[in-house]
Amino acid sequence: MKAKASDHSAHILPLRIYLGVGFALFILTGITVMISFVDLGGWNVTVALAVASIKAALVVLFFMHLLYDNKIYLTIFLTAIGFLAILIIFTMFDTMERGRLYPEKAKPIKPGAAIYEREDSLSSRSVDTTKTDH
Amino acid sequence: MSEAVAEKNYLNDPKGWKSWVFTLDHKRIGILYLASITAAFFLGGVFAVLIRLELLNPGQDLMGPDTYNQIFTLHGAVMIFLFIIPSIPAALGNFFLPLLIGAKDVAFPRLNLASYYIYVFGSMFAVYSIFTGAVDTGWTFYTPYSTETQTSVIPMTLGAFILGFSSIFTGLNFIVTIHKMRIPGMTWYKLPLFVWALYATAIIQVVATPVLGITLLLLIFERVFSVGIFNPDMGGDPVLFQHFFWFYSHPAVYIMILPGMGIISELIATFSHKKIFGYKAIAFSSLGIAFISFLVWGHHMFVSGQSELAAMIFSFLTFLVGIPSGIKVFNWITTLYKGQIHFDTPMLYALSFLFLFTIGGLTGIFLGALATDVHLHDTYFVVAHFHYVMMGGTVMAFLGGLHYWWPKMFGKMYNHFWSVIAMILVFVGFNVTFFSQFILGSQGMPRRYYNYLDQFQPLHAFSTIGSWILGAGFIIMAIYLIHSLFKGRKASDNPWGGLTFEWATGSPPPHHNFKVTPKMTHGPYDYDKVLVEQTDY
Amino acid sequence: MSESHTHPAHLAHHFSDVEQQRESAKFGMWVFLLTEVLLFGGLFMAYAIYRAWNPDMFYNAHKALNIYMGTANTFVLIASSVTMALSIRSMQLDKRKQTIGFLIATLALACIFLVIKYFEYSHKFHVGQLPGKYYSYTGIKGTNPHIFFGIYFGMTGLHGLHVLAGMSAIVWVLIKTVKKKFSAEYYTPVEMVGLYWHLVDLIWIFLFPLLYLIG
Ligand SMILES: [Cu+2]
Repeated sequence: MKAKASDHSAHILPLRIYLGVGFALFILTGITVMISFVDLGGWNVTVALAVASIKAALVVLFFMHLLYDNKIYLTIFLTAIGFLAILIIFTMFDTMERGRLYPEKAKPIKPGAAIYEREDSLSSRSVDTTKTDH
Repeated sequence: MSEAVAEKNYLNDPKGWKSWVFTLDHKRIGILYLASITAAFFLGGVFAVLIRLELLNPGQDLMGPDTYNQIFTLHGAVMIFLFIIPSIPAALGNFFLPLLIGAKDVAFPRLNLASYYIYVFGSMFAVYSIFTGAVDTGWTFYTPYSTETQTSVIPMTLGAFILGFSSIFTGLNFIVTIHKMRIPGMTWYKLPLFVWALYATAIIQVVATPVLGITLLLLIFERVFSVGIFNPDMGGDPVLFQHFFWFYSHPAVYIMILPGMGIISELIATFSHKKIFGYKAIAFSSLGIAFISFLVWGHHMFVSGQSELAAMIFSFLTFLVGIPSGIKVFNWITTLYKGQIHFDTPMLYALSFLFLFTIGGLTGIFLGALATDVHLHDTYFVVAHFHYVMMGGTVMAFLGGLHYWWPKMFGKMYNHFWSVIAMILVFVGFNVTFFSQFILGSQGMPRRYYNYLDQFQPLHAFSTIGSWILGAGFIIMAIYLIHSLFKGRKASDNPWGGLTFEWATGSPPPHHNFKVTPKMTHGPYDYDKVLVEQTDY
Repeated sequence: MSESHTHPAHLAHHFSDVEQQRESAKFGMWVFLLTEVLLFGGLFMAYAIYRAWNPDMFYNAHKALNIYMGTANTFVLIASSVTMALSIRSMQLDKRKQTIGFLIATLALACIFLVIKYFEYSHKFHVGQLPGKYYSYTGIKGTNPHIFFGIYFGMTGLHGLHVLAGMSAIVWVLIKTVKKKFSAEYYTPVEMVGLYWHLVDLIWIFLFPLLYLIG
């Protein structure tokens, strides 16, 4: 076996990077909390998520060393994010667009919180363990 | 190694039951998996025969509607979670992946053993659920029924949840193994195509299975705590459960078929004694299928009330699956063209795969088309379609791989004559059983009913008879395979004249796979450069 | 890594050198983190869909959460990530005592996180801000506020379990560090546990604004 060129003595980051990143994360947390008290209309979510993404990027790139490591690890991480995006976006093609062509005719089965009624029916059923068709 | 001493191989060295139960050898773990999935296949097969028996005549003969619901659910759940998902990757893949890339083992042998015991543990939950009021929801566990039925949903879902971890760990192990354990000189384009297929499979396993995990957890919460997020009564949405479920379960279909396609690539090349045609196209179509498989899950929900927009998008994307699948089939056929074809048993399975998978794939296009699906949805057409893909595809490939690698795994050759007889019975029995169901479905016979109108009887009876032929084929197969273990002729190291590394070691291989670490002197399919002899037959 | 004629004790037989072993472990860990992202992903999806369907209810219900405790927990978890990263750095510099100190600090911060979480949970149990049929609070406007709490408990509960799992992993590497199993040459397990811990932090970084800061 050929010995590979060694990058084993892995990158040791200087202390100030860790402390600096930690400090930046603290500041960003403060900022996002403060912004949440301001009404930006629909933009609150966007800003909150943008700040969270910056914080996440800091953690991933520095604490998890993705900035310095082999880029295959970054690829794996981005793959995860990509498939998660597919899951959410494609499902929303459904949930956000229902009833466009043909308005949904069905009414909610029971309007309002019918959960208390349902609880009764459940408990009465669980007493009766024999199989009945329902 | 001298010839005189009783040969040491992974089967007899080291000795003792403990050396098997705590083995870290990927080959032994593969054999343990093989034994377990065979048991699962037998169990699922018994359920299948019972289903067909009930459907021989209209009306209630063997079992009532409730029992029937339980039996078909168990058939599906056992076959999918216990047999077909681990079948090729965990059994044959475990055994052959390290051999094919010249490695001593997978990257994480202990994780590999753990994944086997997690599989056993999950299976025990599934079997336990059979004795505590077997589930009757169908293997899809659709809400709201699955949160209401009195049958034991929780043990089965917990079982599937645990089995998911086993699958994730296998996939994770394979990805790292393929990236990091190849011998020097084996570049990505010199990997055997089975390895590419396992790689694509493993990606799906690690990406999709966690979503199944969270889905089943939510279902269990829904059932235990009435959380209500899938319950329309409480402001939840049952269709959301289907999104959750099919985000895993459509890609899972490719966890099942992709490794089968990989085996077919090996078989076609070896038994045509010809360089595989379109290596890169086949390799990348595996990755392409893996990727597209994540974009199409909504085609299971065309009539579930998802939005028209989503239905259109999913329908369109579903057609794209046909492209990489078609690329594979055309490349295999082109490989056959002017090849030196040997019709040994594994090759017969490969050819029947080509035939049956093509039917299964093309009928999938019918079902992916919105308008046709409304007519065919939840009919026997669907049942026939996925059996052509799952059984005609994956199981045929699995059997092909099993017969191909049997002499390597056990060092024994099975009886040629009986293996051909069994193959013919399986092929004929399969088509009799399931082709009739295409017709039944297009005439409107709905799936998952224990009873039917009299007009469907002839085809149902035909289908049931097919299941007997199929059963006979499998019984013969079991007999001659077991017989070969004890009385079989000793197999040579390279009975079929293959060029991949597993044929360069002993049959069966020694404990650390290779006596001498193999060297990359030629590619896996360089039949134009290297002369190999087929030593059997 | 030099030619491995002499196998270090931590080199498994099926790897050809230490470098291959280390990279494999890291690769495997990242794939595992990918599965974790997708496991949580399902809950993020449920969150996104129900919030999009019930924006007002989510707004009203989120006010029931204690933003001070949430913010405090965010600071605590970030701090624990810093100490975790520093423990690995100390190991790289062969400063074992420092590593032990930082690992213990990480554990302590994780405990603080869980204690704060416990107070939040017990308050919600007390007033009945609970998922599904256990919901009995009446002070939130909008239909089906129990859905919000179902998602809240699902997400923070799963996250809490991950904190517990991470803590056990930290205890495990702590013991091994004390037993002098690691050095600047070999500290892969500490590194892997570190990656896991950062992921736990990462998930909280998103949970916090999504649950506590709905504007
Ligand atoms: Cu599908």
